[in-house]
Order: sequence, then structure tokens, then C-alpha cells
Amino acid sequence: MTRHKIIRHLLALIVLALAAPSGWAATLKIAYLEIENDARYDEARMYFGNLMQPLGQPFSGAEVAVRESAFAGKTVGIDFALQRVKRADSKGLLESVMKLHKEGVRFFLIDATAPVVAEVAKATRGKDLLLFNVSAPDDELRQEQCQAHLLHTLPNYAMTGDAIAQFLVSKKWQSILLLEGPLGEDKLLSGAFVRSAKRFGLKIADKRPFVLSNDPRQRDQGNVALLSTGAEYDAVFVADSEGEFARSLPYRTVRARPVLGSEGLVATAWHWSWDRYGASQLNGRLEKLAARRMAGPDWAAWMAVKAIVEAVVRTNNAGFPKLASYLKSEEITLDGFKGNRLGFRSWDNQLRQPILLATHNAVIEQAPIAGFLHQANNMDTLGFDKRDSRCAF
Amino acid sequence: MTRSCLAAPLLAASICCAVCAGGALAKDTGYVFVSSENDNAVTVLDGKKFSVVKVISTGKRPRDMRLSPDGKSLYVMTSDKNQADVIDIAQLKVTHSILAGKDPERFVFSADGKRMYATNEDDAHVSVVDLASRKIVANIPVGEEPEGIRLSPDGKRLYVASEVANMTHVIDTQTNKVIANVMVGNRPRRLALNPDGSEIWVTNELGGSVSIIDGTKNTVKATVEFQPKGFRKEEVTPVGIIMTRDGKTAYVTLGHANHVAVVDVAGRKVLDYILVGQRPWGITLNRAENRLFVVNGRSDDMSIIDTATRKVLQSVPVGRVPYGAVIDD
Repeated sequence: MTRHKIIRHLLALIVLALAAPSGWAATLKIAYLEIENDARYDEARMYFGNLMQPLGQPFSGAEVAVRESAFAGKTVGIDFALQRVKRADSKGLLESVMKLHKEGVRFFLIDATAPVVAEVAKATRGKDLLLFNVSAPDDELRQEQCQAHLLHTLPNYAMTGDAIAQFLVSKKWQSILLLEGPLGEDKLLSGAFVRSAKRFGLKIADKRPFVLSNDPRQRDQGNVALLSTGAEYDAVFVADSEGEFARSLPYRTVRARPVLGSEGLVATAWHWSWDRYGASQLNGRLEKLAARRMAGPDWAAWMAVKAIVEAVVRTNNAGFPKLASYLKSEEITLDGFKGNRLGFRSWDNQLRQPILLATHNAVIEQAPIAGFLHQANNMDTLGFDKRDSRCAF
Repeated sequence: MTRSCLAAPLLAASICCAVCAGGALAKDTGYVFVSSENDNAVTVLDGKKFSVVKVISTGKRPRDMRLSPDGKSLYVMTSDKNQADVIDIAQLKVTHSILAGKDPERFVFSADGKRMYATNEDDAHVSVVDLASRKIVANIPVGEEPEGIRLSPDGKRLYVASEVANMTHVIDTQTNKVIANVMVGNRPRRLALNPDGSEIWVTNELGGSVSIIDGTKNTVKATVEFQPKGFRKEEVTPVGIIMTRDGKTAYVTLGHANHVAVVDVAGRKVLDYILVGQRPWGITLNRAENRLFVVNGRSDDMSIIDTATRKVLQSVPVGRVPYGAVIDD
């Protein structure tokens, strides 16, 4: 070996030693993207604790996950940290993403509405980064608007609709009165439920639009008694994304029928009263940190950080391509404190997971409901299965 | 013959009666104690017919139990009461309680019997309790939701599984410091050690496997997977584990898969799967190791298995959400 070669080998060894994770801790930064004054977290809107609404900003969920990960990070010499980025619009967020990406940030949680998520995802296509959608349940993001680097930890409308449909079928409540609100989101919710009803063989007895109004000229759409009379049905599904109408629906219907959908019984990623599989401890940690209870988007943000941590730890902080492919692979085992081993669907990057069916203070059921079987994974009876997917990365 | 002798199982009967004849305190009674999380009680069964002798009220959410080092009492961790209730076996009632940190779940006694180490699920601590003064003398920070805890045969090392951090912590009992963190499978729950402490077996509930840690190198050297017939991988959720005293056989409860796996320790091979009740977690062997007691958390019963034939002999109804069993034999 020549002297030159020896020096080269020595240099290589030094570089290796510096890159080795043991001995010192490098910081792995996870960015958390938000929109300023996001209407979904408006205090007045969250005040009534409507069942489909968040109970606070999901950033707290991400914080809990980072705290939980200190020990696991230690084994690979990594300190996980969050960087909160709040911008006025998607343009601002994009600027921040580009800047952070240049600085080496590869993991981004995005807490925004579907149009913002779609725009940011489209503009970052092809970059070596991963985006985790934690609060937009829109089906489109998992279908035509899907992107290879966009992952979803929050269940989408098709999943929650299927969970409710399975529950109704299991109760033999076959005939459903569907009440649909005027907002775009209401139509998405209602559309998803119509799809679920068809998938599981429920009958939509009638579909009626509602409005929040006492205007006598719109009496047939504003008056619950009128809206709920004249049809035969076993249950009412209310599609009300803001929940203002839905919260005063139970007990006002003409027939003694349960209300589901946006009130009464809702399908959600998480509920503060869930207490199995270590859930009480997780709820306790969030309550301690945020001084409020934990809801679906909090869980989704928590889960996204946990997925990143799991991939970093299991690959011994391998380079980004390896890490990203492990994260999306069937190999990964994610613990969502819901009893099942979770992972992302290869066809649309949606996290497969059990869905909780909850009232205001109790989890009544867990979907997939016993008896709903799938040839590969029973959790794929919820939402878009491979054959339903219109996603092409 | 005293009442306690009547209750003794066949195999321990002769030993028991020798003790009884000597007028000693109740010991080796043959009683089977079962804690029930939702009943806030410990059910006492006689060791022969497994009929209920007494139901002892305890603090809220009784979980892990262990006989005291002198064998005269039974310690029961009452998680929602943050303490261990101490049941006097002769009287079959709680005589006193010892604080054990926030939400204590499982525990062990130190080699000299003077201390108790309890995992605190809510606080991510192992609390070290001095039994004489009944005081917490140290808190050892560990990963979130620590559960399983075992002491090495020489008493120098504590092994603690953290469900959230997916690791087993190795703690030096002299310094109460974590000296190693070993990444294992997902949601590690409970542990078993072979007789010389060279292997630590850890059940991974979500990983569906057992990780085998090398006791000297503190690294995972092998993994045992389970595949009972008719179940998918995701339905296999191992929790409880116990090893025979000779270190040859391990028994693992498979949770949602409703089976107990019989594992050849040296060969790391599953020899058999035994069908039990729903969601089996807690598992105990009697002293003679010819009977295996498995509590089924969701069917509220206990399966009693003959280890020679690997068949369930009897299923006994116990309290609501039974957690574990301890046999005084």
C-alpha cells in the first residue's frame, strides 16, 4: 500500500467516524406547516366541541410524539425537533418548504385544508422530501390529486363513511335518511357516505338538503321536524362539516331514530375516551401538555412524527431514499395505540388504521367491525382498496 | 388437617401438611390468586377444584402480583391507587399498602428482598421502594409506558421494557442508572430470563414476535416468530411469557390469536400452539411445572393446562378482566 493510499484510507475512516451516529447526537428537524388564522381552529367554532371538530391545534400531537421519541432517538444518536412554520397562504408555505429543504429538512407535516395541501404537494413533486397530511380528510387528495411523496395519517371521508356503514349494517339499521348541508365539505361528506352505503348494501331512504335558517320561505330545509318527517328510516346520517346544524339534530327528529355522521355517533381517528392499548397514557400526555383533550387531527400529527421516528430508528438513520422507502413499505410496523399494526397503503399512501365510532364521551365500536373481512387485511375494508384507487403516482 | 391443607394441590400436599402439622403460618397453601382489573379484587381459588375460597377487595385496578420474599404475603399492584396492597395469606385480607409511584403496573423484589422495583406507566419511571421504611428512595427515568420488569439471577441488572420507546432498558441496580438501551420489536411488553441470565426474552405485542437479547452484549441476537394456524400475522400479539426453571421451555401468550405458544428455548422453535380463551395475557407455572395457568382478559376466565399433554384440562371463570395469577405452592 502506498503512502498516498494509506492517507486516503485514514481520511475515509475519519469521515466514517464523523458520520457515525454513536457518541454525539445530531438533530433531525421535522417541519410543521400551518396557515395563519386557520378558520378550522377558530375558538368560536371549536367552542361547542362538536364531535367532528378538532379540540385544538394538532401541533400539540406532534409535540407529544417528539417527547416520546427521546429514548428511541438516543439509540441512533438522533435528537428529534419540531420547527413550526406559520404562513399566510400556500405560496408562503411553499417558500418555507423550499428554504427548509435547502437547509436539509426532509420531513414536513402539513396542517392545512385540502386545496393548500394539494398545491404544496404538486409544487414539490419530485423533490426528496415527504409531506404528511394530518388534517385534510378529503378523498381527492388520495385519488386524482395523490402524490408519491404525500402521505396521509388522518383517515379520509371514504374510510369514516365505510366505518359508519359497517356499524349500521351490523345493527341491521338498513334504511337511512341523509341530511346534507350547503357547504362544499358537506357535499363531500354526504357523497362519501352515499358511496359507503352502496358498498355495504344500505338503502338511502331519502336525501334532503338542510340550511341553517329560520326563513319561513325555507321552512322545509331549516325545520328539523319537517326534514325528518314523511319517510321511513332506521337512522339519520347528517353531513354537516361545521356541526352547527348537526349539534341540535338529535332528539329533534320526528321519529325516534339515532343520528350519526357529524353528530350523535361519529367515525374518527381518535377520541379522548378511548382507553385501550395504552390510549389512556397517550391521552394523559396530551392533556398534560396542551391542557385540553385529544382528538383525531392530534392523533394524526402524533402518528406522522411516530412514523418518521420509527423509520429513522429501524434503518439506523439511513439516507433519505432508504428511509422514505422503508417508511412506505409493508415492512414497517406502526403502533397507533389502536391495537393493530399500521402501515401505509402502497396504492395511495393512506395510513390503514382502525376507526373509532364515538359519542361525546364513549367509544361504542371499533371498525373494521367483526365479520367484515378482506382477503389480505381487514383494515382495507375501510376506504379505498387497491381496486378502487384512482391514484397514479 | 387444617383448611389450608385441604386446599393444597396433590403434588404439594405432602409438603404442605408437614408444614401444617408443625403449626406454622399459612404458607404453600396451594391457593391460586387471580387479580381482576375491573373488579378491584383478587379472587382466591383452592388449588384442587379451583373453586372460589374468597374474593378479597383491593385498591382500584389490581394488576401484577408476587409472593413476598418470605412467602407469607402477596403483593398486589393496584395501578389506579398508585400503591401495592399487601395481602396476608393466613388471613386472606389486605393488611397494609405501600406507595409505588404513579400508575404502577409490574414489579420485582431486589435479590436481598429489601426493595421493590415498580414500573410506573404514566410517569415513565421505575420507582425503587424501600420496603422497611415503605418509601420511594429513587426514580429511574425510562422510555414511555414501561411495563415488563425482571431482575437478573445475580441481582445486578434490571431489565425493563418500554412499550412506546420499543426498547428494553438495562439498569444497574447498584447505581440505579440505565446502562444500555436495546431496540427490540414493536410494543415490547414482558420479559423472561433463562437461568444464567445470558438470554432475555422480550415479547413484542405489535411486532408479533419475541426478541432474544444477549445478556452480555446487550444486543438482540435472535427473534422468534409465531404463526398459529388460521391466524394472520397482525392477529398474533404476544404479551405474557414464562420460562421453565431449567430454561428449556418458554410459554408465550399470543393475545388476539387466543393461543399459547410452546417454545423450545435452545432451538428457538415453536413446538406447539395450545388453544385457550380470548386474549390470553397473564401466564404462570405451578412449582412442579406440570400445570400452566393462563388468564384470558376478554373471556374473563382462566385456562389450566397440563404441560405434559399440552391440553387444557379445565377453564375456570374468574373476575372481570383478569390480569394475572399467582400460585402459593
